[in-house]
Amino acid sequence: MGDMVVVRKEGLYCVPGDFYIDPWRPVPRAVITHAHGDHARVGHGHYLAAAPGIGVLKSRLGDITVDAMDYGQTVTHNGVKISLHPAGHVLGSAQVRMECGGEVWVASGDYKVEPDKTCAPFEPVRCDTFITESTFGLPIYRWQPEAELMAEINAWWRKNADEGRCSVVFAYSFGKAQRILAGLDASIGTIVCHGSVEPLNRAYRAEGVDIPPTVLVSEIDKALLRRAMVIAPPSASGSTWMKRFGDYSDAFASGWMLLRGARRRRGVDRGFVLSDHADWPGLMSAIKATEAERVIVTHGSIPTLVRWLNQNGLDASGFETEYGDEEEGEVAPETAPEAAPEAAPEAAPDAAARDSAVADNTAGAPDA
Amino acid sequence: MREFARLYADLDETTSTTRKLDALKAYFASAAPENAAWAVYFLAGGKPRQAVPTKLLRQFAIDYAALDEWLFDESYAAVGDFAETIAHILPPPTQRSDIGLAEWMEERIGPLRGADPGRIREALFGYWNELDWRERFLLVKLIGGGFRVGVSRLLVTRALAAIAAVDSKLIAQRLMGWTDGRVKPTAAGFLQLIAEQSDEEHKLRGGQPYPFFLSHQLAAEPATLGEPADWIVEWKYDGIRAQLVRRDGQSFLWSRGEDLITERFPELAAARLPDGMVLDGEVLIWQPDSPMPSAFADLQKRIGRKTISSKLLAELPAVLCCYDLLELDGVDLRALPQHERRALLEVEVAKLDQRQLRLSPVVEADSWEALAVLRAGSRARSVEGMMLKARTAQYGVGRTKDVGTWWKWKIDPYAIDAVLLYAQPGSGRRASLYTDYTFAVWDGAGDERKLVPFAKAYSGLTDAEIAQVDNVIRRTTIEKFGPVRSVKPTMVFEIGFEGIALSPRHKAGIAVRFPRILRRRSDKPVDEADTLDMLKGLLEAATA
Repeated sequence: MGDMVVVRKEGLYCVPGDFYIDPWRPVPRAVITHAHGDHARVGHGHYLAAAPGIGVLKSRLGDITVDAMDYGQTVTHNGVKISLHPAGHVLGSAQVRMECGGEVWVASGDYKVEPDKTCAPFEPVRCDTFITESTFGLPIYRWQPEAELMAEINAWWRKNADEGRCSVVFAYSFGKAQRILAGLDASIGTIVCHGSVEPLNRAYRAEGVDIPPTVLVSEIDKALLRRAMVIAPPSASGSTWMKRFGDYSDAFASGWMLLRGARRRRGVDRGFVLSDHADWPGLMSAIKATEAERVIVTHGSIPTLVRWLNQNGLDASGFETEYGDEEEGEVAPETAPEAAPEAAPEAAPDAAARDSAVADNTAGAPDA
Repeated sequence: MREFARLYADLDETTSTTRKLDALKAYFASAAPENAAWAVYFLAGGKPRQAVPTKLLRQFAIDYAALDEWLFDESYAAVGDFAETIAHILPPPTQRSDIGLAEWMEERIGPLRGADPGRIREALFGYWNELDWRERFLLVKLIGGGFRVGVSRLLVTRALAAIAAVDSKLIAQRLMGWTDGRVKPTAAGFLQLIAEQSDEEHKLRGGQPYPFFLSHQLAAEPATLGEPADWIVEWKYDGIRAQLVRRDGQSFLWSRGEDLITERFPELAAARLPDGMVLDGEVLIWQPDSPMPSAFADLQKRIGRKTISSKLLAELPAVLCCYDLLELDGVDLRALPQHERRALLEVEVAKLDQRQLRLSPVVEADSWEALAVLRAGSRARSVEGMMLKARTAQYGVGRTKDVGTWWKWKIDPYAIDAVLLYAQPGSGRRASLYTDYTFAVWDGAGDERKLVPFAKAYSGLTDAEIAQVDNVIRRTTIEKFGPVRSVKPTMVFEIGFEGIALSPRHKAGIAVRFPRILRRRSDKPVDEADTLDMLKGLLEAATA
């Protein structure tokens, strides 16, 4: 039997099942691992996704034909037993388990190993072949525990508030924003969310995720802004929308903020290292836990991870995909935010240039 | 170390001067004096010698992290900073310590210098296991000797002045020589640095120079400065700015970077100066029978040498071209007006009557127009233009205008249109962006015509321009040699430089001084870039 999953020009394709996983071109049947723009696209005939993510998926893609599956539930399609398992990345994110002829393949989509309060925690799924992402596939990437990081964010907020200065955290609207919100100490001040973040807050709350009360900037008494925490998408940085906050202190929350160079290029006061992807130890432990003998690496540091895994006794190779070049895909610190759908017209003029600079780097080596 | 790491992070993470100043003040107010002394040393630009060779640091970090060399190299390529790479690839510590900066420097890092590799390895493994990544980053910087922090010396001076409640000029004075590396930073030294002003201030000075008074670039027309009669005009020499200090029967020669360079210029150290005299001037190579100084390239041959042979001394004799007198008979003259100091200087230099002490002549002309004509002949005199010093100016501290101004009225730089041929990534803020470029000009004619590299340059572009150029470089790469990419010649830049000299070491046979990018010439096709013949023409004109 040949490989169960291959790359076609439309996307990852399950051969016996005759369906695609997170395809980047329109196809009849698509299994969607999560609702980020580079994984969930419009134009497919039929969608299948994990139940907790259906609300977000519909809010982003509009009126689509979609079947919801609970985590762990099984359906059989063209002889392939399909089930979805939590990936711990964002609300509703799933790994796709496919079983056919006694062989098991798992496609991870994007995943994060450390649990957080906003989505079901990553579940290791035993398989023969594991398709893994590699966004942060270099040993320099090690995340500190989320609780420690949230304590730092709250301390920074409190200090700013005590000095009468508004705090602004730039974070992607879907996933990152809600993770920060869930960890904020709402006793410090009012929490303001940008208009592009608020709809996602609603979707999270609808799924029972505990997000503290938030308001839009139009709803807050100006005097309260001096103690407020503002969560806004990176594209709001440098826009006229920011002017109302006066002498604010700003921060950017992303895994890329680990590096001083990336942080300084971003030009914010603080960089908080918070990612929805697995760090290097996370990738290693996740791969090990699957007990897979064969690993296929997608978007991120493909050559690096492939070489390292082969050296460590696994049968590793790479898939060239089109993931990771949009929004939360965090392909590189310079590109991601400007490519966000909510990009403000004030977005940096050099964004386009950098965009193609990175797109050019198709080998998948991270540019940051 | 934790305290200092916190300060470093605070300074590194903000772009606001006020917040940097607050962080410095908070640190100096709470740090133990022996630790603060070392912090001042580093913040003011002190650069200790490397305690452990980079090669060993790299090897031990790879061992500790249980990684392969290639994976370390890939990580380094992504990070762009050696110390930061090491800080991040090491597994988290299993214990914590908080030992002061002074103890780190004196008891732990100092003894590693020259120790045997096994001992260094054992020590590093122990140290790494008790520090978080920020502290490890600093540790590697402190060991590797490459410590730099994004804070100006002026800001450090202001923070110390605020803590000490004394004038920041006094702090600047006391800070002279701190980073020289010959004097160990101590608690007593720090307490003296922030002490109240005393009558003994002068005695405490030892062989230290005065803070250099720096000039400003004259962008406007000189006529905006008023009457030429209100200005003392001199040539602007292209050498090493230096103070020659004579106190307690000893001579000290200090460069503007506050390096003690006495030993590099024995003929200047040997000048017979009376005790309590400080001269400010330019170190130049000047042949005895020549009407003008030699090119900077000759001075470079002297700077590079640790030991100076008597042959070299004879071939390339150095002089101090004196233009100011800061101290006479142990009295600080800096508050006197320029013209009075000048008058005293003329008297003293004449009295000293020594070959290696020349007086910087005053350029006489009765109008700005006449001066402009003289200035146009600067290159033929081997100078960079003119200095305009207000007759009433005191000798200020640093780049100030509050007690009178020195202007540099430089001739326009040479400019040439050249083609970008190679690029490599920068470091720090510019890590992973292609910011360092090699430029070439055309040589030959017809089919034989080829591009010859002649200069490397990196500054002068805005972030937006860098991003554009970076993009083109990635799209037009021909080959990669390690971090360097060769690119298809598609981009033309106007390159400015200050001087030009023959150089057998360079492919083009010439070397230019202070090359920098003036602007991108998007309007100019590659074929129309300038030629090596044009460069040679500039060289001939300069040496004619």
